[in-house]
Amino acid sequence: MLRFAVLRLISMGVSLLAASLVVFAVIEIIPGDPAAFMLGLNADPQAVEALRDDLGLNGSAPARYLAWLGDMAQGDFGISYTYRVPVADLIVQRLGVSLPLAAYALTLSTLIALPVGIVAAAKRGGPVDYGLMGTAQLGIAIPNFWFAMLLVLVFAVKLRWFPAGGFPGWNDPAQALRALSLPALALALPQAAILARVLRSALIETLEQDYIRSARAKGLSRAQAIRRHALRNALIPVLTILGLQFSFLLAGAIIIENVFYLPGLGRLIFQAITQRDLVVVESVVMLLVFAVILVTFLVDIAYAAIDPRLRRHT
Amino acid sequence: MSGRIQLLTGIALAGVFVLAALVSLFWVPHDVSVLNIAQRLQPPGAEFWLGTDQFGRDLLSMLMVGARVSIAVALVAVGIGVGLGVPLGLLAAASRGRLLDEVLMRGNDLTFAFPALVIAILITAVFGPSAVNAILAIGIFNIPVFARVARGGALSLWTLDYILAARVAGKGTVRISLEHILPNITNLLIVQATIQFSLGILAEAGLSYIGLGAQPPTPSWGRMLAEAQTMIYTAPRLALLPGLAIMALVLGLNLLGDGLRDALDPRLRRATQ
Repeated sequence: MLRFAVLRLISMGVSLLAASLVVFAVIEIIPGDPAAFMLGLNADPQAVEALRDDLGLNGSAPARYLAWLGDMAQGDFGISYTYRVPVADLIVQRLGVSLPLAAYALTLSTLIALPVGIVAAAKRGGPVDYGLMGTAQLGIAIPNFWFAMLLVLVFAVKLRWFPAGGFPGWNDPAQALRALSLPALALALPQAAILARVLRSALIETLEQDYIRSARAKGLSRAQAIRRHALRNALIPVLTILGLQFSFLLAGAIIIENVFYLPGLGRLIFQAITQRDLVVVESVVMLLVFAVILVTFLVDIAYAAIDPRLRRHT
Repeated sequence: MSGRIQLLTGIALAGVFVLAALVSLFWVPHDVSVLNIAQRLQPPGAEFWLGTDQFGRDLLSMLMVGARVSIAVALVAVGIGVGLGVPLGLLAAASRGRLLDEVLMRGNDLTFAFPALVIAILITAVFGPSAVNAILAIGIFNIPVFARVARGGALSLWTLDYILAARVAGKGTVRISLEHILPNITNLLIVQATIQFSLGILAEAGLSYIGLGAQPPTPSWGRMLAEAQTMIYTAPRLALLPGLAIMALVLGLNLLGDGLRDALDPRLRRATQ
């Protein structure tokens, strides 16, 4: 297990290095002169020169790349050109919205998917199963930002239960959670639909195994067999899907933050694109890619911990 | 839902939008490039079947042209994924276990680490927003998906006797891949293409909603939703119909994909029913 984890860790490091090369090449080499690019066509040559100095653009590309890597490793992401503050501070501040939003959405989707998947599997082939799975099909097909707009129309504009957008900060946790509720629900629905479908087919497959038949023969009811034996085994594919879905959750969060004007990473990166703040774009993209690679790594490890057979294949 | 009904519903739903998109190439009820403020926010009626938007454009015509944009973006993106991903996957399977396979698959994992939206952000930050960027972003995202499916399907075939026979007959790796492996993984690829097509429609809508896709004046479903967001209370029709269109097309494609998978591979039927 330790050897497996170490090998995976090395492979994760290599992926990160390769990803950072790609990001560096796109942001710092393709535009030619990033300083001139950020300031636009009619920029004052002196201002461009000053920004070049600020950004440390006067070295060779390999030297700049290594310096960038070294700085990032120490938590220094550079200074935002538009906000005039360290990018690391901006990111930490915005993560205070984006991370709780993602966690909230993940919790909601699991809370919705577990009962739906279990009930559908238990009532397989009946009207309840068809109803639930039909709804799940709709949930997968609905664009989450449009679902968000519908939620705003019903729960914010008509019923006034939740705010339509904005974020009051964490000083009042109840209000903060209230502001994150509609965005989290919008993010959670498509995820829940996918999870419920995966859980249902995994459960159905597990229920046909011999050990379930033994459990039933021993006198356990179907519900008891599901609860004590099938669910645990069916959770393995669900875990994989959760890991694979993480990048969709991330992308969804970026879009949803823009629907609700939430000051998270998604808003930050969009403002950075319009203002051509390449330092911010570069850092946030690196962070997002790091998150995806890290989750893939964690899922691999969790998978191997649950099922020792998987360790051999690498 | 039985597989057959699923398949037919999917074909019908997706077919309506493909037809609308094709018709819009030759004819739309009203020209969508003309703004006519005098006709703004007309309710549905005889002249404007679905009414007009806040700029006086005919909503039905906008939806038809929007269908064309969405379908074109998703289709070309699938094309990129198939065109690059499948040869890479076949190559990886042909050199299974060797360094080339390892290198290709690690490259694959690396591309997986960049969600389509992140690729779009990177491209847009440097080149500015356009429909082409959306196509590229979704297309690049599709490459490792198809490479993985092609490799997985091909790997199991390489161990079979008839492939061994072909090798004994003196056929090279490339010929075996093209003549014997590819035809046998076509079903898998068709099903995956349907899934990626529907994901592409959703991704295009998301990208154009946040302004990273097709640019004005080209109508796109995502941007129509973005423009309607502030009007959601005064003219809910404008915010409801493009969303319903996206959902119906994606639902149709998903049903089509599920139906095709069941029809083409009976072994999978048991698990999904």
